[in-house]
Amino acid sequence: MISAINISKNYGGVRAVDSWSVEVKRGELYGLIGPDGAGKTTFFRLLTTMLLPDGGSATVAGMDIVKDFKKIRRIFGYMPGKFSLYEDLTVEENLRFFAALFETTIEQNIHLVEEIYSQLRRFADRPAGKLSGGMKQKLALCCAMIHSPEVLFLDEPTTGVDVVSRREFWEMLKTLKSKGLTIMVSTPYMDEAQMCDRIALVSGGRFLGVDTPENTVKNFDGKLFSVSADSMKTLTADLKAFPDTITAFSFGDSVHLRIRDNDGSIDHLRQYLSNYKNLVISEIQPAIEDCFMAKI
Amino acid sequence: MRRFASFVKKEFIHIFRDRVTMLILFLMPIVMIVLFSYAVTTEVKCIQTAVLDLSGDFATRKIITALENDGYFQITRILHSPNELQTVFNDGKINLAVVFSENFAESLHHGTGASLQLLADGTEANSAAMYVNYAQGVLRGCLFDFNRLDGAAPVINTNVKMLYNPSGKSEYNFVPGVMGLMLLLINAMMTSVSIVREKERGTMEMLLASPLPPFQIILAKLAPYFTVSAAVLAIILLFSRFMLGVPIAGNIFLLLGLCLLYIFVALALGLLISTIVNSQLAAMLVSGMVLMMPTMLLSGLMFPIESMPKILQWLSCIVPARWFIAALKKVMIQGVGFENAITEFAVLGFMAAFYVALSLKKFKIRL
Repeated sequence: MISAINISKNYGGVRAVDSWSVEVKRGELYGLIGPDGAGKTTFFRLLTTMLLPDGGSATVAGMDIVKDFKKIRRIFGYMPGKFSLYEDLTVEENLRFFAALFETTIEQNIHLVEEIYSQLRRFADRPAGKLSGGMKQKLALCCAMIHSPEVLFLDEPTTGVDVVSRREFWEMLKTLKSKGLTIMVSTPYMDEAQMCDRIALVSGGRFLGVDTPENTVKNFDGKLFSVSADSMKTLTADLKAFPDTITAFSFGDSVHLRIRDNDGSIDHLRQYLSNYKNLVISEIQPAIEDCFMAKI
Repeated sequence: MRRFASFVKKEFIHIFRDRVTMLILFLMPIVMIVLFSYAVTTEVKCIQTAVLDLSGDFATRKIITALENDGYFQITRILHSPNELQTVFNDGKINLAVVFSENFAESLHHGTGASLQLLADGTEANSAAMYVNYAQGVLRGCLFDFNRLDGAAPVINTNVKMLYNPSGKSEYNFVPGVMGLMLLLINAMMTSVSIVREKERGTMEMLLASPLPPFQIILAKLAPYFTVSAAVLAIILLFSRFMLGVPIAGNIFLLLGLCLLYIFVALALGLLISTIVNSQLAAMLVSGMVLMMPTMLLSGLMFPIESMPKILQWLSCIVPARWFIAALKKVMIQGVGFENAITEFAVLGFMAAFYVALSLKKFKIRL
């Protein structure tokens, strides 16, 4: 449904998107996971025909993003990263406007987003600018869906939204996916990656790899340990200096340590850290975040 | 078509829900017209006059009485010696001094020529010239009376009437000028800001991500401001006619046609600005400063174009307000027909087409 081959975009010498290749199947929920500045927004703007690529090519539903931009603009729904509805228009006026923009009506397509809009209906006469963060994102999703698109591009839809609303939002995406919609979504939150069919890890304009969330975790290179002790301040530095260490980064109240899979390296480590009191070392299952840190 | 209609409706909502926009649109033109017409008036009302009468005969008394009765002059000082003249001007309390030579009536009667001197405070050159003019007008009237009393044929029979503005009212000059300035500024500013606001708030991205063609976006942006401006225009015209008493001498439909054409030029100019700048502030600055200065200085609103250096005269040709004000004076005040203002109409029409074409070309179909 979406296909990009070595697509690139530069901003004044900075490679915002550096030769990404992406293949998204029809009906797939595809996640782009990466921190700010990874190139997610630029990639969305390339696919939504808002920007021209500096290299490579891409198609959406088989249509070229440069040549067929007019046709592509009919078939996708788009939710930009920044809240982009009219704040002085009411909830209903916004929805009605975006329906009219695609020459359709609320009545024709409301069934697509009935579950979401039912929550918004009691605010129908409220200006969109006066909604809470979560409600704004739900309205934006309704507006992106109201013309019954084939593909949905959601750029960080859950950023700045409370935990409960985030969970609800992802449930809605699953419902939409079950209706056959192809969805590409980006997020800086690693915990949301589990909800996607496949996730692509991106950072600093580079494409780090793509797989299902399960395989991403399974193919973790090396062994992962959680290390904690009384004096956490020096612990990270000491762990980084340890010869078998690949990466070590502090993760809440412990340090996540990835080491080479050699026999006896844990015993060496215990010896190496013998000065620390209350030392706890335990092997843990890597999470998406660990995979991400391992790949940068 | 339904799509376009709902876009226009959306634009009206933006205008009507924003109090600042409404205030600027409807109140500013009226405030400006009132300010310019009443406060910044160039009319002379109360000329502080001093009289030095060295003759003191019936003729000088008659002239002094005539000055007093004229209404424009207020004789505040009677001087007795030429030495006092310098003092009263230095004090700044006097605008004009009238000095009669000795044996004034006698010289007048014998035809040797009576001398009379008018002294005006030249620090305000334009006003000074006007005081002298007024005074000369009164003198001519008196001379005519003297001639008639003597039974001789009137030697001087000057009859000056100011065409189109018999009483020298400055509103006649200022209303077209202020209309030229206000309609341009308000419309250019409003349209440019409203388009740039969409860019700034990210909603332009949503519009571009839809199948809406760019020319429909542009047209939908222009239509509401055009309608609102037509209402503002009606208010200005009614206000000028009934509150300021400016006559509408020409064909009302020709006048409306001219004003609507000019409003369209202003809207198109705003559109062009919006395709160049990226923030509302920049749009305000460009439409405020870049449009205001040339319009104030080069349109004929403040300084007559004929008295400018040649290079500025050429430059003034690209200022839309210059053509509008010229045409408005013809159509509204003089009341001439279309055939006399055809050049102005043509230039304005060309400008409108040029700006719209350029904006369409420059309008970005991507981010």
